[in-house]
Formats: sequence, C-alpha cells, structure tokens
Amino acid sequence: MTQYVVLSAILFTIGCVGVLTRRNAIVVFMCVELMLNASNLAFVAFAKQHGNLDGQITAFFVMVVAAAEVVIGLAIIMTIFRTRRSASVDDASLLKY
Amino acid sequence: MTFWILAPLMVLSALGILFVRKAVHAALLLAVVMISLAFLYAVMDAPFLFAVQIIVYTGAILMLFLFVMMLIGVDASDSVVETIRGQRVMAIVVGLAFGTVLVVGISQVAFGTVVGLDEANAGGNVPAIANILFSKYVFAFEATSALLITAAVGAMVLAHRERLTPKPTQASMAAQRMRDYADHGKHLGPLPSPGVYARHNAVDTPALLPDGTAAESSVSRVLAARGTVRSAPALADDIDDVRRQLGGLDGHSDPTTMPGASGRSGAPANTEEDVDK
Repeated sequence: MTQYVVLSAILFTIGCVGVLTRRNAIVVFMCVELMLNASNLAFVAFAKQHGNLDGQITAFFVMVVAAAEVVIGLAIIMTIFRTRRSASVDDASLLKY
Repeated sequence: MTFWILAPLMVLSALGILFVRKAVHAALLLAVVMISLAFLYAVMDAPFLFAVQIIVYTGAILMLFLFVMMLIGVDASDSVVETIRGQRVMAIVVGLAFGTVLVVGISQVAFGTVVGLDEANAGGNVPAIANILFSKYVFAFEATSALLITAAVGAMVLAHRERLTPKPTQASMAAQRMRDYADHGKHLGPLPSPGVYARHNAVDTPALLPDGTAAESSVSRVLAARGTVRSAPALADDIDDVRRQLGGLDGHSDPTTMPGASGRSGAPANTEEDVDK
C-alpha cells in the first residue's frame, strides 16, 4: 500500500510545483486538478488498507466538488479573458494596487 | 504489476505538464494521468470510481478544459518572463523539499497488513457504496446537489453577457451597406470567391483580376493573417511546365510558339486517338 501513497505524494508535489511555476491560468487549474486526483488516489488506497468504503465515498465527493469547481473556475477565467484579452495569472493584478 | 507499469507513466506525464509550452499538450498529458488513475482504482477494488473517474474527469472535466481553451485561443502559451525574480527556482526547490519530506515521511510509516475490500465489497461494490452514500452520507449527498445547481447557475451568470445594442436586422444591414456605398464607394455585392485553377483548388488561393494581379479580398482575412495564402502566379507557372511537358511528349511543334493550342487542344485530341486504337 505504501507505493500507492508515495505515488499520490509525488503527484501532489508535481501539482504544487505546477501551480507555483506555470503562468497560464488554465494550466494552473489543471495542476489543481492533478492535486485533487492525487488526494483521491490516497483516499482509495486507504479505503483498501482499512477495508472500509468511506474512503471511496470521500473520493467520490471530491470528484463532485472538483466538477463544480472546474465549471465556476473556467467561467471566471473566460470572463477575465473576455475583458482583459489574457489568460495569464500575472496580468490579473488589479487588486494589488 | 499494473501499478509498476502505470506509475512511471503517470509521473512522467505529470512532469510533462510542468514543462510543455502549450496548454493543449498539458491537457492531453493530464488525460493520460487521469486514465491511468482510473485503472489504478480498478486494481484497488473500486470499479465504481473507475467508471466515475473516466466519465466525470476524463469525459466531462477535461473536455470542459479543451472547450475553454478553444474559446480563449489554443496558442495562448506561457510567457517566459518572471514577474518575481527567482520565483521559479524557489518554487522548484521548495517543491522538491516538500516532496522529499512527504515521501520520506510516508516510507517511515508502517501501514500494517492490508485488510482488503473483499468483505466490504461482498455484495458488489456499487450496492455497498450506495448503502453508505444514502444512509451515513445522505446529507452530504443532498448538499452536493445544491452545490452542483449553484455551480451551474453561477457558470451561466458568469458566461452570460447582456446585449447593450439592439440586434442588427436584415433591413438595417442592407441600409448600412447602401450608406457605405454612398460614403466610401464600398462595393455592394458579396466578396469575390477564391481562385479555381487546374492544379490547385482551395480557399487559400486568391482569384486573379483581369489585369493579372491577385484579388486580396477573395481570400479569408484569417488565412492572410496566418500567412498561408498561396500565390496564384506561382501555380500558373506550374501549369506552363505541365503544358510544356505534354507538348514534348506529343511531338507537337514548339509549345512556346503556340502556347494556347498545345495546352488546350493537345491533350483531348490525344485521348481520342487512344480510344480509336
């Protein structure tokens, strides 16, 4: 079971680094999805470890929430793109000043 | 076994997301990771999550990503300029440290023997999940439905744009066209169609005007911006070459002296002879 959790940790780390380094808002979003998927893998692995289906249920809820989050997030990215003609996270810095 | 085949593939694809320039390539690599995850779920006695992962994540969420990418523009790639100096290096260093701590920490933990889901899945995985979902987690499940409705309405509100000017009708467009003609002398009719030639027949070739120049307005503005418009005179040279070859094969007189006759009437005459034989 250790190898599944280690793989989950590696994927989560890659997602983290992606969120920190990439500039395109859509790719940043994909990296967030990667992190959610990595946590799902850990949930399913622990469900098998403990012989308990609660982990799978939690993974299912994570998927549902991720779907809702993607819908809203992409709509926001599209709205920002429409007004600013850019999908780069660096350009949306109006609140800074 | 499945794990040791899929795990390196997943890690490589996930690393690829960090390095590819184009967002579409990142989406495809993410699809590889998600489908591999689905197979890992299947291996770990979670057939329901296997199906949900493929349908919801790969089918719905990734397609949504691709749709938005098409709306925003596929070639919207990352800028290489760093707004905060040294941020990328710092992020990679911190990420490596975080990953090392996680992996070392996890490998130090003894998980004990794996209980396995054989007992929990005795009556089938889907009925077992349904039993828990609709008893213990029923409030969370109902809250999820509210969340999804809110998300759908929110997306509609965000994507909706109020029309500020009245929609142009056919009559107003016709009046506008007449006004343009009166003011600037803009041609009233439709734009000319692209050129049609013997060797090449496509929208990227401009039509030729009577004086032999290319009609710029006959090719789409998009193709002109991409720089993929072909030159019609170049294709005409090609036709001359073929005409010369045909003239040489037929043994006609020098095609340069009578270019029209050898090209136009030479070939059909030849085929008629072939049929007679």
